[in-house]
Amino acid sequence: MTHQPHSDYSGSKLGMWLFLFTELLLFGGLFLLYAVYLKRYPQEFADGGKQLDWIMGGANTIILLTSSLCAAMAVTALQRNELQRTVALIGGTILCAAGFMVIKYFEWSAKIGHGVYPGSEHLKGGTAGESVFFSLYFITTGIHGLHVLIGGALLGWIASKIRGGSVNGENYILLENGALYWHLVDLIWIFIFPLYYLVL
Amino acid sequence: MNEQQHIIRYRTLIGIWLVLLALTALTVGITRVDLGGYKVLGALTIACVKAGLVIAVFMHMKYEGRLLRWLLFLALVTLAIFIGFTFFDVLYR
Repeated sequence: MTHQPHSDYSGSKLGMWLFLFTELLLFGGLFLLYAVYLKRYPQEFADGGKQLDWIMGGANTIILLTSSLCAAMAVTALQRNELQRTVALIGGTILCAAGFMVIKYFEWSAKIGHGVYPGSEHLKGGTAGESVFFSLYFITTGIHGLHVLIGGALLGWIASKIRGGSVNGENYILLENGALYWHLVDLIWIFIFPLYYLVL
Repeated sequence: MNEQQHIIRYRTLIGIWLVLLALTALTVGITRVDLGGYKVLGALTIACVKAGLVIAVFMHMKYEGRLLRWLLFLALVTLAIFIGFTFFDVLYR
């Protein structure tokens, strides 16, 4: 009997999905807070939402959808053993992730430049509703942004494994799980964009 | 090793991406005109459709077995219960 490295395709994927469900509940909690406080402070939320730039939010939506396309195509490419193309597509996803963070940086610094950040003097002097809105905005987009950074790093690490040969057309579960994580990031943004940038 | 691997074609993925972009444009469109309360309902409905497409195709759920589908269902029901029950409390307090 030869020693094969232990691997369990279905088990790995099941584990990843179980983790994603906990992520879903984490962001679900944040959306729940949003909904409850929207009901309590409808006017303040409407005023706060109008201060967010929907064009920047929209650009980030397009960027994230494209990044998800690249990630999904990378999985297909790896399953077909097209290694060069896989790495290029992962590169596309990471490029999109970087673009997303740059836009996010401009958005956040514009807000912070105007004195709008959790615990700022401006918010302390304003209404409770305004303070709640921007705290939720920073927490939700902040945790989401953290996921973008982690997802980008994860995919970069997987790309290096593909180049090293340990992840390939026969053993692609690592990329599949990495892509699943990336799609979750996209999934959350699909709800953040209309809720914070559009409907208010 | 992989019992039932299903490879999704590039063309399918690009098609879904185009639909997602179109739905994003639609969301922006309906929220720029004055629809009152329907704005939130419309935007969230479209967001759910988009999420469904991402989960079904990009995340391969359409091609997964019964176990993962039921677990997804269970997670969504849990989410619905905790959002729903909070609103029973908040709305009728």
